[in-house]
Amino acid sequence: MSPEPTTPQTAAAPSATAVAGAPGGAHIHNIGYRHYDGPRLGRAYARRSLFSQSLRGAYGLGRSAKSKVLPMLLFAVMCLPAAIMVAVAVFTKAGKLPVGYSGYAIYLQAVIGLYLASQAPQSVSRDLRFRSIPLYFSRPIERGDYVASKFAAMAAALFALTTAPLLVLYAGALLAKMDFLDQTKGLAQGLVSVVLLSLLFAGIGLVVSAATPRRGFGVAAVIAVLTIPYGAVSALQGIAHVQGNDAAAGWLGLFSPITLIDGVQSTFLGGTSSFPDSIAPSTGAGFVYLLVTLSVIAGCYALLLRRYRKAGL
Amino acid sequence: MYYRRGREIPSSGVTTGVAGATSVYVVTVIVTESLSKRFPRVTALDRLSVDIAPGVTGLVGANGAGKSTLIKILLGLAPATEGSAHVLGLDVTKDGSTIRERVGYMPEHDCLPPDVSATEFVVHMARMSGLPPTAARERTADTLRHVGLYEERYRPIGGYSTGMKQRVKLAQALVHDPQLVFLDEPTNGLDPSGRDEMLGLIQRVHRDFGISVLVTSHLLGELERTCDHVVVIDGGKLLRSSSTDEFTQVTASLAVEVTDTDAHPDGTGALRTALAAAGVAVTTAAGGSESLASSGHLLYVEAAGEETYDLVRDTVAGLGLGLVRMEQRRHQIAEVFRDADAAAQAIPAPAGAPRSPHATQDGGAHDVA
Repeated sequence: MSPEPTTPQTAAAPSATAVAGAPGGAHIHNIGYRHYDGPRLGRAYARRSLFSQSLRGAYGLGRSAKSKVLPMLLFAVMCLPAAIMVAVAVFTKAGKLPVGYSGYAIYLQAVIGLYLASQAPQSVSRDLRFRSIPLYFSRPIERGDYVASKFAAMAAALFALTTAPLLVLYAGALLAKMDFLDQTKGLAQGLVSVVLLSLLFAGIGLVVSAATPRRGFGVAAVIAVLTIPYGAVSALQGIAHVQGNDAAAGWLGLFSPITLIDGVQSTFLGGTSSFPDSIAPSTGAGFVYLLVTLSVIAGCYALLLRRYRKAGL
Repeated sequence: MYYRRGREIPSSGVTTGVAGATSVYVVTVIVTESLSKRFPRVTALDRLSVDIAPGVTGLVGANGAGKSTLIKILLGLAPATEGSAHVLGLDVTKDGSTIRERVGYMPEHDCLPPDVSATEFVVHMARMSGLPPTAARERTADTLRHVGLYEERYRPIGGYSTGMKQRVKLAQALVHDPQLVFLDEPTNGLDPSGRDEMLGLIQRVHRDFGISVLVTSHLLGELERTCDHVVVIDGGKLLRSSSTDEFTQVTASLAVEVTDTDAHPDGTGALRTALAAAGVAVTTAAGGSESLASSGHLLYVEAAGEETYDLVRDTVAGLGLGLVRMEQRRHQIAEVFRDADAAAQAIPAPAGAPRSPHATQDGGAHDVA
């Protein structure tokens, strides 16, 4: 009843199996099927592959020439001010960079926001929209691996975007013979700040994008989530400041992603905040900022895991 | 350390590296035992017990019969409510990841991003299955060639025809050289020649590649042509599990339509009585699902052999009726369900249902509505 076992051809040479008469398949060249006997690297490797594919994709690598334009352009825009500052600092022999390492990303938040809005939907909405998700989940990786890879890739892409200008600043500062220890400390603080920023933005961007299979909606939603709270917070902070309520202005920063990072970096990482009059939250408030930042990151991760529990086959 | 495919293992000397695999599993690729899956409102699978041997097996059922749920459970992606299932000798609840490394899956729906080429996409999927980069590229080139994609494989998938897309979907399921592939409705959306090509490919997957196939469809006809074995499920229950030979050996049924005459105002009734008297099983169109306008005038006659055709002809002539048509029944899968449903209580498994339809060879495209 059950068909006889076929002996698979392991020979590399074209085999002479009689398939010429295969119904409907007669036009397919008859070059023998070769089995794969090599290593299968399993889950961890698949996770790494997904990470690197997503990270490369976030800069348009391995995609069409058209999709390289925006990420590369934004990358250049991100580094350009740093290069100019460095040039000016070297030329004028200034003893200090005009912008601190940890505050740099805050000044260029619009560029980071734009980058996130363009790449986060690309990373996750595509798989949802074209329903490729089942192809991933029918392979060794688990749902958690998918989320971890995508999250890590997006965060790494943002980290690259935000770190590159810091390195430009650092190199310039050393060229301008500024104090080595000072600059290295500044860079380290800056790196901590952009790590937090990358994780936070990646989380928010992915959660928002994963909610919709439509890329356009995703782009708009990410921009909205980043800018509307920021606009509202800035306006309220301005009002609070004018009314002399600086404490309130300090706390208000908790309610938008970029001001969260701003609060953390101005409290702990030696930066100056972009809040009105550069008020920095108190140390206690700073801890609240840090706590909120970390819980938003964790919350986004949890939300993503939940999202993909439902998006199975 | 890498196992070879199960069926190459001589049943005497098991040299497999798969822990817990015993020679018992060499003869079956899928075993389920009273497998049930209940959702709050529906029962998707109801105590399904089935053994599937290596080869091409068709899984037939109407939409919502539980085919997709079964595949999900077999891939280790959804827990069963009760019962157990083993794929390639591995327990689906414990070894899901290992099973998915050795099994391929081709979904029913579109799943291809339009903006990448088939090569890029399949290479990526090969790596997701654990193949190292070089091997992934080589296997992709091989597999795409085997499914019949040549120069076009470097173009973005967005410009492909449905048939080409189906080939890419098949290729991504085969690229890691699995021992078993699940093909969910692979002929969906294809024109008749596309269907034939896909069915031919599926046969090659087993015969030439040595990969066992579980293929689902709601078209029994096309599966009968492709499969060694057919499993029919409905409402999550097993209706039939038998080799295709058994399916086709079952007596065919004839649809007969006659005219009325003055002598016999109800020609259909008269013929029915006469045939019944001659000892032939006759039924009228069972209502409901028949959409033919003339269904009330159709008689279904069990054809035991060539002599039945003669008997019908002679009887009709004897009664002086006009024979409008006599044709081999185009069967619909719903009838298998209806018949088997009736028989299910008594005999759940193979014994052919009394009036099992005969395969039609005209493309097999008889959709269940």
